[in-house]
Amino acid sequence: MLELQHISYETEENREILHDINLTIADRFVAITGPNGGGKSTLAKIIAGIYTPTAGRLLLDGEDITGLSVTERARRGISYAFQQPVRFKGLRVGDLMNLAAGKNANIAEVCAYLSEVGLCARDYIDRELDASLSGGELKRIEIAMILARGTALSVFDEPEAGIDLWSFQNLIRVFEKMYEKTRGSILIISHQERILNIADTIVLLKDGRLTECGPRAEVLPRLLRNIDTAPPVCSMLSDTVKEVRPNDR
Amino acid sequence: MIDDIQKRLLKEIADLDSLPVGAYNIRANGAAAGRHTTANIDIVTKTDRPGIDIIIAPGTKNESVHIPVVVSQTGLKDLVYNDFYIGENADVVIIAGCGIHCAGAEETSHDGIHTFHVGKNARLRYVEKHYGEGEGRGKRVMNPTTIVHLAEGAAMEMETTQISGIDDTIRKTSGTLAAHATLTVREKIMTTGDQHAVTDFTIDLDGENCSTDVVSRSVARDESKQEFYSHINGNNACAGHSECDAIIMDRACVIATPALVATHVDAALIHEAAIGKIAGEQLIKLMTLGLTAEEAEHEIVNGFLK
Repeated sequence: MLELQHISYETEENREILHDINLTIADRFVAITGPNGGGKSTLAKIIAGIYTPTAGRLLLDGEDITGLSVTERARRGISYAFQQPVRFKGLRVGDLMNLAAGKNANIAEVCAYLSEVGLCARDYIDRELDASLSGGELKRIEIAMILARGTALSVFDEPEAGIDLWSFQNLIRVFEKMYEKTRGSILIISHQERILNIADTIVLLKDGRLTECGPRAEVLPRLLRNIDTAPPVCSMLSDTVKEVRPNDR
Repeated sequence: MIDDIQKRLLKEIADLDSLPVGAYNIRANGAAAGRHTTANIDIVTKTDRPGIDIIIAPGTKNESVHIPVVVSQTGLKDLVYNDFYIGENADVVIIAGCGIHCAGAEETSHDGIHTFHVGKNARLRYVEKHYGEGEGRGKRVMNPTTIVHLAEGAAMEMETTQISGIDDTIRKTSGTLAAHATLTVREKIMTTGDQHAVTDFTIDLDGENCSTDVVSRSVARDESKQEFYSHINGNNACAGHSECDAIIMDRACVIATPALVATHVDAALIHEAAIGKIAGEQLIKLMTLGLTAEEAEHEIVNGFLK
């Protein structure tokens, strides 16, 4: 169980990104959603230890981990899937999978994780994790690494971005299987209704503040209703129409 | 007679625990220490200067030649000229390499000048590894020169590695390519301490539809200095690509100076050069898998030079 107590985060330029976030993550699937720029990714990075909060503390199963490094948190059972997976020249998919799975993993296990995310292990295991892989492939490998780690808390930052139609249903199946294995918590940052649909708890983060947090059955209908009734802030179509003049053609 | 230090050097540079299978010539402290020839591969000692001729008969397939050199005598300045004649349509592997153990205060060096004449439609994979060790203060110096002449349709892959222990090196590689020939070079270098490494490639793409691909990956640590020069001359309808990719660490210095010269309108030449430190996000990614920053750095460097 992860508890966030009064977490705030300001940039060096004193811009407030997160304001007094209180949140307990104990359910199977917790989804964090909200507008772009609302602080979702920052919160995920604070959980992983990449950013240090300017106020507040984090407790993992009762232990204060606020001062712990990325490495120490990873070793205590926090996994973090990057929104934009990192590329490496020279390191191969198999190398990263082995590092994720730990020293005792055998090749069959590593291959099974890649198969889980829809990649044929034979085709990928020796490929470099470099620019030759597409964004979608990297994203799947990123998810496979988290599967291989099998930790008590897994944080995914927009896992669906760049994943094709393979896909959505499989992605959800991957999360379900991950839960069966770890019996831990899976925290997913997402804008996708289909992902929100599997969440036990939905958290709405807006302008750095936690504005909603509750069971899916309560929060999701309200979110969807607001989307349907809210006036569009800017219509791309009307902007385009304004700009196009007969002489432009 | 091979002693324990030399045995260890052989293991390091050529992965040899015992005498290799196939043809070989072992040079230790400037003298012959073992030779074996086969029906298709002859090795002949030069009479006019130090070195050997390696003559591979046309059509020889699936054979290999090991020609390791080990130097364990401090202060020795070894110079050797090895000429390779690869017959038409042959398909062989040549494994070279040099290991220096320097236990004293004097500079110890090995300069190997290798000239390859690769016949029509022959294929050659050439692997060389340079390594230095020893507790002595004397510099370990290697200056390998590789000269390649590829006949029509010939193909050569060259893998050259210098990962540790060489204090000073000037590595010169030059090649001339006839029509449809291809030359692929993969270089890996790591320098530490105050080591200095210079690599200099000059490739003349003379024949129609010949091509070269030169990729150098290097890591410069501590106060070491690396210089990379490549000159690709496109003198016909041809394709040339060179890439220098360096990780710079600590207070090291890396210089990359590519040069492309096209004298033919259908010469397609490309150079890519990148020098940079290890990306912070790469370290963080590996740390999220439970590695410390030092372990992450080690994995990234090893992977880069693998």
